[in-house]
Amino acid sequence: MGLTFNTETFRGDFTFHNSPAAIRRFPFPFDRDDYMYSVNMEPHVPGPKGTVFEHNFDVDEHYLSEMRDRALVLAEDPLRCQSLPHMTLAGWDLLELIMESKARDYPDLFELHKNGNRWHWINRPMQIDQSFTFLDETTLPYGPMEYITRQAQGDFTLQDQRDDNLWIEAGMVTTQADWSLDFDIGMGFHEWHAPVPKAHELGVFDRALKFLLKLQHGAPVRRFNWTMTVDPLLDTSPENYPVWGPTRAMITPGNVGSRMHLRVELQTLHRLPRSNAIAFPIRCYLIRFDELVTIPKWGRRLHRVIRDLPVELATYKGFERNRATMVDYLARFDDGAPTSPGWMPDPE
Amino acid sequence: MTKTDFPPSIRSRPVYGELAYRPGSLHLMVADGEGANALVDLVARAGAEAPGLLARAHIIYMPGPNGTDLSAVVQALGAAQFHRSPSYASAELRLRKVLADARMGLQVYLAGTEGLIGQAQREAMAAGLPHDAVQTEHRGATVRRVQCVHCKGITENVRTDPFVCAHCGLTLFVRDHYSRRLAAFQGVNIDAEDPGKVPPLVERFT
Repeated sequence: MGLTFNTETFRGDFTFHNSPAAIRRFPFPFDRDDYMYSVNMEPHVPGPKGTVFEHNFDVDEHYLSEMRDRALVLAEDPLRCQSLPHMTLAGWDLLELIMESKARDYPDLFELHKNGNRWHWINRPMQIDQSFTFLDETTLPYGPMEYITRQAQGDFTLQDQRDDNLWIEAGMVTTQADWSLDFDIGMGFHEWHAPVPKAHELGVFDRALKFLLKLQHGAPVRRFNWTMTVDPLLDTSPENYPVWGPTRAMITPGNVGSRMHLRVELQTLHRLPRSNAIAFPIRCYLIRFDELVTIPKWGRRLHRVIRDLPVELATYKGFERNRATMVDYLARFDDGAPTSPGWMPDPE
Repeated sequence: MTKTDFPPSIRSRPVYGELAYRPGSLHLMVADGEGANALVDLVARAGAEAPGLLARAHIIYMPGPNGTDLSAVVQALGAAQFHRSPSYASAELRLRKVLADARMGLQVYLAGTEGLIGQAQREAMAAGLPHDAVQTEHRGATVRRVQCVHCKGITENVRTDPFVCAHCGLTLFVRDHYSRRLAAFQGVNIDAEDPGKVPPLVERFT
């Protein structure tokens, strides 16, 4: 498939960038010109070739650099990866899901060979060659969840299911949109979503929980979430808010195109076979405004969405203070023409 | 002082009820400050069951963060075991031992401030009791126990919003987001985006 991996940073000099091909396959989350919370879940079935939906776990040009950034975050703060003691089996389930998916979908990059419980995993891009015994933690350098999520883009949480609720009880969270695993671990579904405005009143979380409790193994689902991030910083953690917070005050009409990023989360949910837990990968995609507006439909639409978003949502997502500057910039790319339905770019 | 009515809040913010007698083999009561009155009311409402309740009661009581000390009132209830502790920290090992020794039929009653209730509830959960099997009733001070999301240090008895983290010195605003595992609310730096622009510290919890 000829994937070349960028050498780039998500901190310091921020050399992160999207190639023209990466821009075109960016998961633009708005299928219409306005936005409000909804459950918006659909089956996570393989999508068109080349899109981020083509495979169960998308591997793209940012893979190696994202994994380097994750290792840096974990070295600074090991609390970003935690698993309560009863969640180890779910960690093995997740390891199996990711290894099998990647070996199937990217045979030139990953291989998995099984002989009973003796497994052999090859991750060619990361130059990892690991033999281990499935379900035996002593044969891996980390617990199973940490081991595999140090090799997989996006954050991951594992939810135990009991008492008709989901409990967030394990996770690898280094590319988060301003929430703390360390604080939220152990909470029930409505508790960890408690700070989200409006959605509770709309019944979004009641419906989502009811739906997820019935999630079936082999029938994963997906949805989008999104926010805005100044500079391509994957680690917008509450822990480091005093470090990155000041950048929100640095946006000007002159730099908004090159420093403001649309941050999209492709969230998928997978029932795990042994533990009956739910794996929740939260894959973060970043795109600079000046990259995004190279797709005319997206420039038009993003302008309208941001302009018309309810103030509570813009405040919760942290960009109300920069909204006017963002809208002024995006307005230059909105000629008022109607946009076509769906999020895909128009054919060139 | 009767039980506290808190304004409506988000779903992670704890809610408290009113202690009621339930049949049990051991009645563990942990209270601070004005929580003493919740125990008195519990015994009064138990009616004919009160002598049996007290004969199997173990009470751990400590003064509240506002200095309220009703030890004499609690002791006068005449529980089989009464222990006055100067602080929650000094009571914790005893509480753990009682929970570890507990058999089927343990009833747990917690009354007083949120810091006391949250920490004792956490011990009960750690001992294997489901959190909703423990009864709670809020009385007295509404000061908060808050974890700094940045340095992870916990500041006890927070009265103002914002407040200064006792550990790292950042000025934090107090969210209603609450972790039962930490028994603490979340504190977030208020001037992260505009360092130095700190609003006045307003007394919000008393």
